Amino acid sequence: MGGIQKKKFERGSATNYITRNKARKKLQLSLPDFRRLCILKGIYPHEPKHKKKVNKGSTAPRTFYLLKDIRFLLHEPIVGKFRDYKVFVRKLKKAYGKTEWSTVERLRENKPTYKLDHVIKERYPTFIDALRDIDDALCMCFLFSTFARTGKCHVQTIQLCRRLTVEWMNYVIASRALRKVFISIKGLYYQAEVMGQLVTWLVPYQFSHDHPTDVDYRVMATFTELYTTLLGFVNFRLYHSLNLLYPPKLDSKAVSELKEDNEDDYAMNSECYIEKLSALSASLARVVSTAEEEEAELDQFPVDGEDMEKMEAREKEQKWQEAQKKLFEGLKIFLNREVPRESLAFVIRCFGGNVSWDKSVCIGSTYEVTDETITHHIVDRPSIDKQYINRYYIQPQWVYDCVNAKILLPVEDYFLGVTLPPHLSPFVEEKDGDYIPPEKLKIMALQRGEKPAHEQEEDSEEEDEQSEDEEDEDDEEEVDEEEDAEEENLKKMEEQKSRGKSPQVKVTPGKVKVENPARLEQEEKAEEKRLAIMMMNKKEKYLYDKIMFGKKRKVREANKLAAKRKAYDNAEKAKKKKTRK
Amino acid sequence: MAESSGNMWSREQRQDMNKDREKTQKKRSNYEEQEQVEEQIFNFNKKPAEEEEDDEGLSDSEDSVYSGLEDSESDTEDDEDEEEGSDDDADNNDVQAESERPQQTEEKKKKKKKKKKKKKKKKKEEGGGVTEGDDEKKEDEYGHDSSDEEDIRNTVGNIPMEWYKDFPHIGYDLDGKKIYKPIRNKDELDDFLDKMENPDYWRTIYDKQTGSDIILSGEQVELVNRLQKGQFGDINFNEHQPSVDFFSRDVMLHPVTNRPADKRSFIPSLIEKEKVSKLVHAIKMGWIKPRRVEDESRGCYYDLWASEDSSILAKHRMHVPAPKIPLPGHQESYNPPPEYLFTEEERALWEQQDPSDRKLPFVPTKFPSLRQVPAFPRFIHERFERCLDLYLCPRQRKMRVNVNPDDLIPKLPKPKDLQPFPTTQSLVYRGHSGLVRSISVSPSGQWLASGSDDGTVRFWEVCSSCCIKTVRVGGAVKNVAWNPNPSVCLLAIAMDSVVLILSPSLADKQVISSTERLLVGQQETESVEGAGHITWVEAQGEELNQGICLKIQHPKAVHQVVWHAKGDYLASVMPDHSSHLQVFIHQLSRRRSQNPFRRNKGLVQCVSFHPVRPYFFVATQRSVRIYNLVKQEMTKKLQANSKWISSMAVHPGGDHVICGSYDCRLSWFDLDLSTKPYKMLRHHKKAVRGVAYHRVYPLFASASDDGSVIICHGTVYNDLLQNPLIVPVKVLRGHVITHDLGVLDVTFHPTQPWILSSGADATIRLFT
Repeated sequence: MGGIQKKKFERGSATNYITRNKARKKLQLSLPDFRRLCILKGIYPHEPKHKKKVNKGSTAPRTFYLLKDIRFLLHEPIVGKFRDYKVFVRKLKKAYGKTEWSTVERLRENKPTYKLDHVIKERYPTFIDALRDIDDALCMCFLFSTFARTGKCHVQTIQLCRRLTVEWMNYVIASRALRKVFISIKGLYYQAEVMGQLVTWLVPYQFSHDHPTDVDYRVMATFTELYTTLLGFVNFRLYHSLNLLYPPKLDSKAVSELKEDNEDDYAMNSECYIEKLSALSASLARVVSTAEEEEAELDQFPVDGEDMEKMEAREKEQKWQEAQKKLFEGLKIFLNREVPRESLAFVIRCFGGNVSWDKSVCIGSTYEVTDETITHHIVDRPSIDKQYINRYYIQPQWVYDCVNAKILLPVEDYFLGVTLPPHLSPFVEEKDGDYIPPEKLKIMALQRGEKPAHEQEEDSEEEDEQSEDEEDEDDEEEVDEEEDAEEENLKKMEEQKSRGKSPQVKVTPGKVKVENPARLEQEEKAEEKRLAIMMMNKKEKYLYDKIMFGKKRKVREANKLAAKRKAYDNAEKAKKKKTRK
Repeated sequence: MAESSGNMWSREQRQDMNKDREKTQKKRSNYEEQEQVEEQIFNFNKKPAEEEEDDEGLSDSEDSVYSGLEDSESDTEDDEDEEEGSDDDADNNDVQAESERPQQTEEKKKKKKKKKKKKKKKKKEEGGGVTEGDDEKKEDEYGHDSSDEEDIRNTVGNIPMEWYKDFPHIGYDLDGKKIYKPIRNKDELDDFLDKMENPDYWRTIYDKQTGSDIILSGEQVELVNRLQKGQFGDINFNEHQPSVDFFSRDVMLHPVTNRPADKRSFIPSLIEKEKVSKLVHAIKMGWIKPRRVEDESRGCYYDLWASEDSSILAKHRMHVPAPKIPLPGHQESYNPPPEYLFTEEERALWEQQDPSDRKLPFVPTKFPSLRQVPAFPRFIHERFERCLDLYLCPRQRKMRVNVNPDDLIPKLPKPKDLQPFPTTQSLVYRGHSGLVRSISVSPSGQWLASGSDDGTVRFWEVCSSCCIKTVRVGGAVKNVAWNPNPSVCLLAIAMDSVVLILSPSLADKQVISSTERLLVGQQETESVEGAGHITWVEAQGEELNQGICLKIQHPKAVHQVVWHAKGDYLASVMPDHSSHLQVFIHQLSRRRSQNPFRRNKGLVQCVSFHPVRPYFFVATQRSVRIYNLVKQEMTKKLQANSKWISSMAVHPGGDHVICGSYDCRLSWFDLDLSTKPYKMLRHHKKAVRGVAYHRVYPLFASASDDGSVIICHGTVYNDLLQNPLIVPVKVLRGHVITHDLGVLDVTFHPTQPWILSSGADATIRLFT
C-alpha cells in the first residue's frame, strides 16, 4: 500500500509527555533550579497511562511531566531571575577570588530577587482556592516559626513566619473560627472554619528541634518562601474581610491596658509590639469601630417537606455553633506557668474567655493570680500549695475537651492529681458499624443533655447488654444444636440401614417442627444471594470480594478494639475489687 | 646611657626653650596670615580653622603633637629664608621646599660636629659637674636629629665589639683616626679591691664602645631605677593626665594641626577621576546598577484577589489539587483510650515490620499529663516527606469505586420462579461397598443401574430405593449406560477391556421380547475395519443367567460407553495417548464394530452422540471435536479454555454442550455462537467430575469432588438472537468426601425434575 510509513512515537501520548531531563534541558536550568521552579509553580510529574508507549518502547523508570506544563513554565519570569542569580553567583565568586571587596559589596547590594505574587495569583485564581490549600502553608509556617535562629535558614524567614502565624491566630480569634482542637503526640492540631472552608493545621510542641541530617532544607525553604507569600496575602484579605487593620494593630483600649512598667526590660521597642500581638490577649483594632457585629440570621424561606427538615437541621446546627462560639464567655481563666501558654490562650480567646498568666511568663497578662474573680486556674502539676477557694484548679485537657464536646464538661474529672479521661480525636466521625469508644458515648449523652448516670448503674446496664447479647448468641446456638441432633439421628438410622439391620420399628409421637417463617425467608434470601454471587463475572467478583474483605476487616478491627476494651475494663474492675477487699 | 641623659629634659628647660620658640612662632603665624589671605582660593575648606590659629595658647600643644616637625631652629631659619624669598605661589613653594633640604642637611652636619666637641669636653671632665653638662645640653638640645646618632665618637657602627678585641684600637673617630683602647691593667684582685673600696663602684659601668668606665650621676641612677620599676623616665610626667581625644568623630572647631594643606588636597585627583569615569561608564552601560532601594516586597501584602477573573482557570484544567493530610484518629492522642494502645505482641510486630508496611507510622503512647509529652522526633521528617509528596509524586485522579456491593450482584430471576428443580435429598441408595463410578436411569425412569468399584452392577427401583438385582461382573465397573430406546431394555457396562451388554429384564414382556429379538436377530458378525481388535462374544452359562447377553472384547481398558439416541449404536472409549484406536462405534443389530478415526488427535476423554442429527462429539483433553458421521468430516472444534476436560453433556436440543473439567470449571458452549465457551462457570471448589442435562426441564447439573452438586437453570430460547439464560438455582450437598473424592457421577431423572448422584462414599442419593 502506498503512503508514507508512519513513524512510531511521533504522535499520541508519546508527544504529550516529556521526561524530566528533557524538560530541564528545554528550560536550560540546573536540577535544583528546576525543582525550585516546580515547587513554586506547583508543577508535578504525571503518570502516563501507557508507560511503555510514552517511554518510546523502553520500560526504564522515568519521571514524566506533561509537555503542556513545561511549555507553561517556559514563559515564567522567575526562570530569568534564576539565570540572573546564577550570573550573580559567578560574578561574586570572581570578585572574591580577586579580593575586590568593594565589588563584592556592590554585587551583594544588587543581589537579584524575585517576587511570587503573580505565581500565587496564577496558582490560586480565586481566594477560595487559596484558602483550600492553606493547610500546608500553615503547618510549614508554624514549624519554621519554632526554629531557632541558627543557620538552618534565614533569620528573616523565621521572623516572617512568626509574624504571619501570629497574624493568622489573631484572625482566628477575631473571627472565632476555631472548631476543633486535638492534642496528639505529634503536636497540636487545630481546625478552623474560615469562609466555609475547613482549615486544619498542626503546631509542634514548643521544644527545640533536633535537626535531622537527611532532610533537604533547601526544599523546605523554597516551600516556605511560597507559603509565606501565600499566607501573607490570605491574611491581608481575611483581615479586610473583618474590617481589621492589616498589619494588625492592637485596640487602643488594649494598648493602654497592656502598658507595663517593665516593658523595656522585656524586649526592645521594635519587638515589643509583635510580642504583645503574639500574646494573643488583646483584641485588634478595626477600621470601622463597631461595638459588636450582628450575626447574620438565617433567613426563613418558605419551604416544604423534606427541605423543611433540612432547614431545621441546619438551623439547629447553627445554634450549636453559636453556642460553641460563646463557650468560655464569662469565664476568667488563669494559666499557671507550666502549661503551654500560647496554645491555651489561643483556644480560650477563640471561644470568648478571659485569660491571663503570670507577668514573668510573657508580656500581655491582664490580671494577677490574686484576682478574686478568676473562675478556673489551669495547672499541670500534681498539687499546688496555695489554693484559692473560689476557683477550680483543673488540668489543661479540660479546655481542649470542652471545645471538642462543644459544652462545658464537668470539671470533676479534670482536677489536680486525678487520672484524666482519655482525650479523643474530634476528627473521627463514626459511621454505624465502627467502633465507638465508651468515652465518646458518654460525651454524646452529655451533649444530648442527659444527666450522667451513676457509674454503678452504668455498669449494671452494660452487664445487661452483655447478657442480652449472650442470650442472642445462645438462641442461635440452640437452633444449630437442634439441627445437628436431627442430623445425627438420621445418620444413625442410615448407618443401621446400611449395616443390614432392620431398624427397630417404633412409632414415637412426632414433634411439631416449629418453622420460623422469618428465619426461613432470611435463609432463602441468603441462599439466593449466594447463588447470584456465583454468577458474577470475574472482574465484578474480584471487586465484590475486595469490598467484602474490606468490610469484614473493618468489623474485625472494631471487634478487636471492643474485646480489648472489655478485657481492660475487666482488669480494672478486678483491681478495684481487690483494693476494696 | 648618654642617650637617655640626652633625652632627659626637665620641664624648666623646656619652658625656656618654648620662649625662644614663641618668637619664631609669632613670625611664622604672621607669615601664614599673609599667606592665607592670598591662598584662600585653594584651601577654602580649612579656612575657618586656620583663622583661629593665631591663638598662641595652642602653639604649645601643637608642637608636641606635630611629629613631622623637625627641630624648630632649622624651621625658624627656613622661615626666615622663606620670608626673604616671599614667594607665595604654591608651585614655587614646592620647589623651594626641595631646595631647602640640602641646606638643612649641611646645617645638621655642622651641628653634629659641634656636639661631638662638646661631648669630648664632657668626657674629659668625667664625673665632674653634671650641671655643667646640663647647661651644655641646653644648647645642644637640637644639635642632633635623633637619639641614635646622639653620642657617637666611635664610628665603627653597630657591630659586635669583640671584633676589635685583638687590636689595640677600638675604632675610628670621625676624622678616621684610630681610637685606642684605654690602658686597662686591672686584674680580678684590683677589681675586687675596687669593689670594696670605691664607693662609686656600684654606679660605674663599662662602655663597650669606648672601652671606658662611666660613673652614673645620681639623676641617671634614679632614672634607671624608675625605668626598672616600669615608670616613666620623667618624674614630672603625669601618666594619668586626662587624655584629649584629638581625632574624634566630632567635627572640631579648629584644625588639629597647623600644617598647611597639601597641594594634592587642592587638585582634583587624576586617578580618582579615572576611576569615577570608569564607574560612570559602567553605570551607563548597565554593568553596574545603582544601589537598589531596600525593597519592602517581603512582607508587603495587598489584596491580590481584588479582581477575580476565571480566565486563568482554563490554563490549569489538568490540575489535580493535592490531597490533604489525613486527619488524626484516636490512636494519635497523647492520652488515647486504653484499647488503642499496643499490646506486647502488636508492639513486637510493629517493630519487626518494615516502616513502609506499618499501618501506623508511630506507636500510640499514653502520657499521664500534658507536661510530660515530649517533642515528636520525626516532625520535621514528616513535614519534609509531605513536601516531597507535593512536588515529586505523580498525581492521579483515582476514581474511587464507591459501589454498593449489592449492586454488583447480578439481577437474576429468583430461583423460586424457576421451579421445578431438585431441592432436598429424599432417598439414599445404600448397598455398594466401593465407590460408585457410574449410574444410569432407564428411559422409563423406573429403574436405576449403578456400577461400582466393588465389581457389581446394582439395579434399584428409583422410587423406593430398593435394590432389585445385583449382577457380579467380576471387575471394577467403569461405566454403565442404559439404552435410551424405550422399546428395548438393555444396559451397556464398561468393565476393564470388555463392554458387556446386559438385559436386566426389568420391563414388561413386550419390551423384553423386543430386546431378545434385537440381540438374537443378527448373526453376520463381519466387521469392516478394526475387526481384528474387537471380538463379539456371546455370553453363556452363569453369565447368561445373570442377564449378560453379549461381551465385546476390546484391546484396552474401556472407560466409557455411550448409546446413540436410537439405541442401536454404541460408542466406547479407550483413552490412550499413542494409538488411533481410542474410539469404537458398535452396531448392536449387526454386531459390527468400527473405528471412525484414522488418526490420533489427542487423549480422548469422553464421547457423545448428537441427540437428533448424525453428529459425534469427541472430547479430548482441551477441546471438543464435532464430527459429521455422514460426511465423515470434522465440522467444529470447540476450545474449552480448560486444562483437562473430565465430562461432557449435550443439550437435548443438540445446539449446546457443557463440559466439566478437572480445573473446577464448567463451560457452556453455544454451537451457533462460537467455538469459545459462551459461559465459564467457576462454581465448584474442586474438580468437576460429571455434568448432565435434563431431558425435559431446562436444567443442568454438575458434580464435583467438593461433595456438592450444583443445579443450574439453563433456558435455551428458540430465538437465535437470545442467549441462553443460566441461573444457578440450588447447591445440593449430602455426599461425604472420602479419599478426596466427592460426587463421581450425576444424572437426571428422564421425566421428573429429580437428580441422582453417586459418590465415593458408596451411596447414591436422590434429590427431589
